[in-house]
Amino acid sequence: MDYTQQLFEQMFGSEWGMTVFILAKNLFYIFVIVVPLLLAVAYLTFAERKIIAYMQIRVGPNRVTFFGIPWLRGWGQPIADAVKAIMKEIIIPTGANKFLFLLAPILTIAPALAAWAVVPFSPELVLADINAGLLYILAMTSLGVYGVIIAGWASNSKYAFLGSMRSAAQLVSYELAMGFALVCVLMMAESLNLGDIVKGQQGDSLLNWYLIPLFPMFLVYFISGVAETNRAPFDVAEGESEIVAGFHVDYSGMAFTVFFLAEYANMILVATLTSIMFLGGWLPPLNIAPFNLIPGIVWLLMKIAFMLFFFLWFRATFPRYRYDQIMRLGWKIFIPITLIWIVLLGILLQLPESSKELFPLNLWFK
Amino acid sequence: MLETMLGNYFPILLFILVGLAVGVLSMLAGWLFAPNRPDSEKLSPYECGFEAFEDARMKFDVRYYLVAILFILFDLEIAFLFPWAVVLNEIGMFGFIAMLVFLGILVVGFAYEWMKGALEWD
Repeated sequence: MDYTQQLFEQMFGSEWGMTVFILAKNLFYIFVIVVPLLLAVAYLTFAERKIIAYMQIRVGPNRVTFFGIPWLRGWGQPIADAVKAIMKEIIIPTGANKFLFLLAPILTIAPALAAWAVVPFSPELVLADINAGLLYILAMTSLGVYGVIIAGWASNSKYAFLGSMRSAAQLVSYELAMGFALVCVLMMAESLNLGDIVKGQQGDSLLNWYLIPLFPMFLVYFISGVAETNRAPFDVAEGESEIVAGFHVDYSGMAFTVFFLAEYANMILVATLTSIMFLGGWLPPLNIAPFNLIPGIVWLLMKIAFMLFFFLWFRATFPRYRYDQIMRLGWKIFIPITLIWIVLLGILLQLPESSKELFPLNLWFK
Repeated sequence: MLETMLGNYFPILLFILVGLAVGVLSMLAGWLFAPNRPDSEKLSPYECGFEAFEDARMKFDVRYYLVAILFILFDLEIAFLFPWAVVLNEIGMFGFIAMLVFLGILVVGFAYEWMKGALEWD
């Protein structure tokens, strides 16, 4: 790294060299995160089609291949889909507000990608190690609602408008349940820094993870995450049989694909946050020889993949909720549960030391 | 400046710009490579094959408005809970009871809107 820094200082002079060096270094790191992320999004669509296909006892995409290599049958599918999407016409309806219509997809994908700036992949591998990491992520995921509302309004179509109203109401409702569940994690970890939250779960085994003391909050958080990303069984916003395709009914070509990318990037983000806050992030399940020799990032990726599998599994298993049932689940079940759990957890944390020692197997309330 | 705590936010600013760039560039790619042959039928608003009766930006159900108001209230509540949760160990029993009083008042409001039927969707 020192060598590269010197090279930059020689090229741009000692005054500008440092600034350009920091800019180039950060841009390089950002591309190291964004390019694999976009590839993961592409192959998540492939994994979804394959896994749901196997759950329905059929094979899924198995024709498109790379360079005619026979054992890569199907693996070219996401690339072929991307090329097809680029070649499709972007239709902007006459009544639509052109600027907002084209702005909405960009407003959806930008926060979905930008939230990754603070995600720690291992103790050292984090781009921006800020103390308000969790707040930043919450802010970024909240910004996604703007894309939905603007898209629905700009299309000037009744179906898009109704779809965006439903979608936005659902998103903000489940954001509350998510926020309350995160308060419980904060009470245990006592830090907003994502790296510190993982370090708070360090111990001998997976018993130390927040999954166990906060199990109901884990369920609330993950189910809210499924609802936040408009995935089945909470996908009424795009219930094709009721209101055609929701807020993006008038979108086509690349404009639609950007929405699609953002949805899948958000799925990966929710899976990652669940792994970091409840499943111990980069920590191995047992802190003994064969497990803790594997690098932390491998554990984190395995946990993300594990959580992502649930998204696909839900889609293949559950019928769609009705809209009033979705709102009831968010407001009347999740919010009361989280409020009660916050109070209970607070009482547990306030107990005197001597009574905490009486708990059998107490690893969490020290 | 870049060594300070605020300097940590510089990569975030860059990341947001890169996120915007990904969106803009992919839309540009679509605009460059895709055909563009609009006609009046193709550009008409999609309403399942019928002509549109009126402007789509119509009145909407007041319940969406209600949900938005409730969201603002509860999001504020979360904003108050975050700093409390982070320093819960230091503020001890007094801080905990103070937050219980705050939560209690909000729960009264929540119970009121529940009883009023603001959370019903039928």
